[in-house]
Amino acid sequence: MNTAIRHVWIAIVCLFVLIFGALSYIQFFAVKDLNANPLNTRQLYKNFDLARGALLVDGTPIAESVASDDQFDYQRVYHDPKLYAHLTGFYSLTYGANHLEGVMNDELNGQSDSQFYNRMVNLLTGQSTEGASVELTIDPALQKTAYNLIPDGQQGTIIVSEPKTGKILAMVSKPSYDTNLLAVHSGKIASKNMADILETNGLSPNINPAINNLISPGSTFKILDLVAGLESGKYDLDSVYDNPTSITLPGTSTKVNNFDQGICANQNRAKLEFIVAQSCNTPFVAMSEAVGQDALRDVTERFGFGQQLEIPQRVTPSQFPSDLTPDQLGLSSIGQFDVKTTPLQMNMVAMGIANDGVIMKPNLIKRVTAPDLSVLEEPKPEEFSTATTKKVANQVTELMRGPLKGGTAYTADIPGLDIAAKTGTAQLGDGTKRVNSWITGFAPADDPEVAVTIVIEKTDYETGHNLTSPNLKKMLEAVFNK
Amino acid sequence: MSETPELETAPIPRRNTELVLLILALAVAVGANYLVSLSNTDGFDEGFITQGAVLAGMALVMHIVLRIWAKYADPIILPCVVALNGIGIAMIHRLDLANNDDAATRQLLWTGLAMAAAIATLWLVRDHRILRKAPYTFLVISALLLLLPLVPGLGKVINGARIWIFIGPLSFQPGELAKITLALFFAGYLSTHRDLILLAGRKIGPLQLPRARDLGPMIVAWLLSIGVLVMQSDLGSSILFFGLFMVMIYVATGRISWIIIGLVMVVVAGFFAAQFMSHVALRLNSWLHAFDPSVYDQQYGGSRQIVQGLFGLSNGGLFGTGLGNGRPDFVPLANSDMIIAALGEELGLIGLVAIILLFVILISRGIRAALGSRDAFGKLLAAGLSFTIGLQCFVLMGGVTLLIPLTGLTTPFMSAGGSSLLSNWIIVALLLLVSHNSRRPALTGPLNERDMAAAGPDISAKAKAREEEDARRRAKKAQAKVATPPRKGDTA
Repeated sequence: MNTAIRHVWIAIVCLFVLIFGALSYIQFFAVKDLNANPLNTRQLYKNFDLARGALLVDGTPIAESVASDDQFDYQRVYHDPKLYAHLTGFYSLTYGANHLEGVMNDELNGQSDSQFYNRMVNLLTGQSTEGASVELTIDPALQKTAYNLIPDGQQGTIIVSEPKTGKILAMVSKPSYDTNLLAVHSGKIASKNMADILETNGLSPNINPAINNLISPGSTFKILDLVAGLESGKYDLDSVYDNPTSITLPGTSTKVNNFDQGICANQNRAKLEFIVAQSCNTPFVAMSEAVGQDALRDVTERFGFGQQLEIPQRVTPSQFPSDLTPDQLGLSSIGQFDVKTTPLQMNMVAMGIANDGVIMKPNLIKRVTAPDLSVLEEPKPEEFSTATTKKVANQVTELMRGPLKGGTAYTADIPGLDIAAKTGTAQLGDGTKRVNSWITGFAPADDPEVAVTIVIEKTDYETGHNLTSPNLKKMLEAVFNK
Repeated sequence: MSETPELETAPIPRRNTELVLLILALAVAVGANYLVSLSNTDGFDEGFITQGAVLAGMALVMHIVLRIWAKYADPIILPCVVALNGIGIAMIHRLDLANNDDAATRQLLWTGLAMAAAIATLWLVRDHRILRKAPYTFLVISALLLLLPLVPGLGKVINGARIWIFIGPLSFQPGELAKITLALFFAGYLSTHRDLILLAGRKIGPLQLPRARDLGPMIVAWLLSIGVLVMQSDLGSSILFFGLFMVMIYVATGRISWIIIGLVMVVVAGFFAAQFMSHVALRLNSWLHAFDPSVYDQQYGGSRQIVQGLFGLSNGGLFGTGLGNGRPDFVPLANSDMIIAALGEELGLIGLVAIILLFVILISRGIRAALGSRDAFGKLLAAGLSFTIGLQCFVLMGGVTLLIPLTGLTTPFMSAGGSSLLSNWIIVALLLLVSHNSRRPALTGPLNERDMAAAGPDISAKAKAREEEDARRRAKKAQAKVATPPRKGDTA
């Protein structure tokens, strides 16, 4: 009997050894995997009990954690949430963190590499880790002006940046939403609010339209045609080029016309000055044919198409399609077909032309400050790319003055301010008459302080036209009369 | 008589060792509870003082009772159990602070009640061998206990299992007690019938099949318990009873073939259960696809509990978050079924392994008592009860660690729940009694017939041999009449 009892004991010990094995696996070897499991909300909950750093604009918090008396120690609160929703993103128990709340999460939580020393000190002194605050480059007055320039119910984006530094001074999109609605701790309320938010057309809390929305750039793309044309040596400012009212795309019977309400028809042959000012289409189809798609694609890539970029939010790369047939190239040259850009991409085009061909990396972060006010990070202006030569950039600047002087953007003109800009109107191609209305430019043209891009999406031609050039004027007035 | 060759040295009671270990155990348990009170965010919580005082008081009473009625009992068993029970109360108290509950007070009341029941058992039984006298009584009691929750008006379905009875505000799981009465029945029946089971019957191939009437009552008992449990949808207890049954038959017969037959039956039963019983299929599915979001979010029988437990364990890692610093309250039923996950999160792998080692020590001491017991009944009882504790730990912890499907079992001595505490403390009392009987000084006189039959083959064989020698000697000395000294009292 005792032999059997000893065997029973051995069996029990074996069972416990199995348990020890399983526990060692779970609590030692698989810890990383389990902690990273998407179903695991513990890290998030842990963070909700931390003093998370604030997001600041001009020293004033737009997102901060305030003491809370519910099951968590802190509640994230957003000030002027609609103004900043697409920048801050949200910090939600239910939906996680996104946009700056997401990409700057380590800094805000005090877990970034630059806070390593502070963490070690806290570990030894037993203090709880506090997050760093992140100050944005945004100018709150400009941000507010830009927000008010887009009427409620209208889908649109306005970006104001500094061509010489890459700093983003304003980045606004409508429709917007109240980020506080998603920051509530109750999952039930948060998901109801999320459902309400998603009912608004053209609004998704996961998308910042300024950097994630890929849309047809229309005639603003002609700036890139000009760069390619002037670089090729086949075009210059003094020569006169064919400007037919209509051109048949090679290999097809599709006709591309100059804009029927414009005055392009007044000159059958014209200088680039006239062509750009009136945004005639047909000479650009010919120009793209003359320089070839490879040269044009090369120019787009130098300006940022297809490139990875973080500001530090991740920017969706803009697209210039490959392997174009001649007729597709013709359509692409006027910013149609499958050419898709983000609003920020067209702002970068203006920045590059403004800054003598050098694009400074767009950036939203001014500095990261530790709780003890020591500066942890302060991004210096950084070159993104040399997009073209100074000479070509200056020639294009000269041509972009045209639209303001009696051209397509004459309503943006401000006496005494030297402005360079290019308008655009892109057909949505969805069978409706709706268009995306664009303007991208900079001022003062010879010593640029700001580059401004305005897009009004999915609207009729008239509304879009009235919300781009006149708003560029108002935006620039706000910048220079402040 | 003078010839007692196996016991040259006098046995030592070792009650002082127990006292020192007990103080150590209380220091660990009350210390843990003190840390819990310290970490309370709303200021120092004084609950630990009463909890510590009651636990220490009851433990000391139990210690004194052992000094009086079972002074040769194993000195390690009680401190192990007090430590486990105390750490359990500390963790329940800690979860109370997070959930704004008062489960620790209820647990404390039940602990007191359970320890009183253990003391009563020690006092009433004194010698475990009196329990072998009426095995069928225990079979009937087992049947009644298992059937109680099926009585309309008395039983109630909770979490899909009909294993509770309600009398006024009190709830109780009678099945917890049934594991003791069943073990008593198995031990009593097998200790008297093992020779018949072993020797009578036909041999088919390598298998020695016993006669049906020798095994009949066992099969009836087993079918009853399994049948009732299947009707009550309590998978964990089914496994427990079946394991108890198999191990006791194995200990009684020493034949591995019984284990093999048993395991085949488990596989067949498991297959049919998975096919035809929805709650078993759900358990199986949430075990196999625990991390599948659709299984995780399933309203009934989802894997949320297991997965959250695993996240808790991984959050604790090697060293744990420290008491009060984790979030064990994320895990559903953290203070009962999932208390192991809560302990693992806050005490880490190291702390949890230490706690589980306490179980291993406790079970090993129980097994030691079985090995040392002088009668078959005691051996079967102690081995069976020790194995029950071990198997219950394995089924539960294996479920929490995703080794096997999770079933609704409690962690002995630690989980919140009165029925489990009560039955496990009675088990402890029985183990203490068996160990007392195996460690106390051996009887020095020849045994009478009744004692020999009851005391099992090992001793009865020796006694028989000794008696035969005596008989021969007596025959030689012809007329000499040997006076049989009265048997020494059972309580020393």
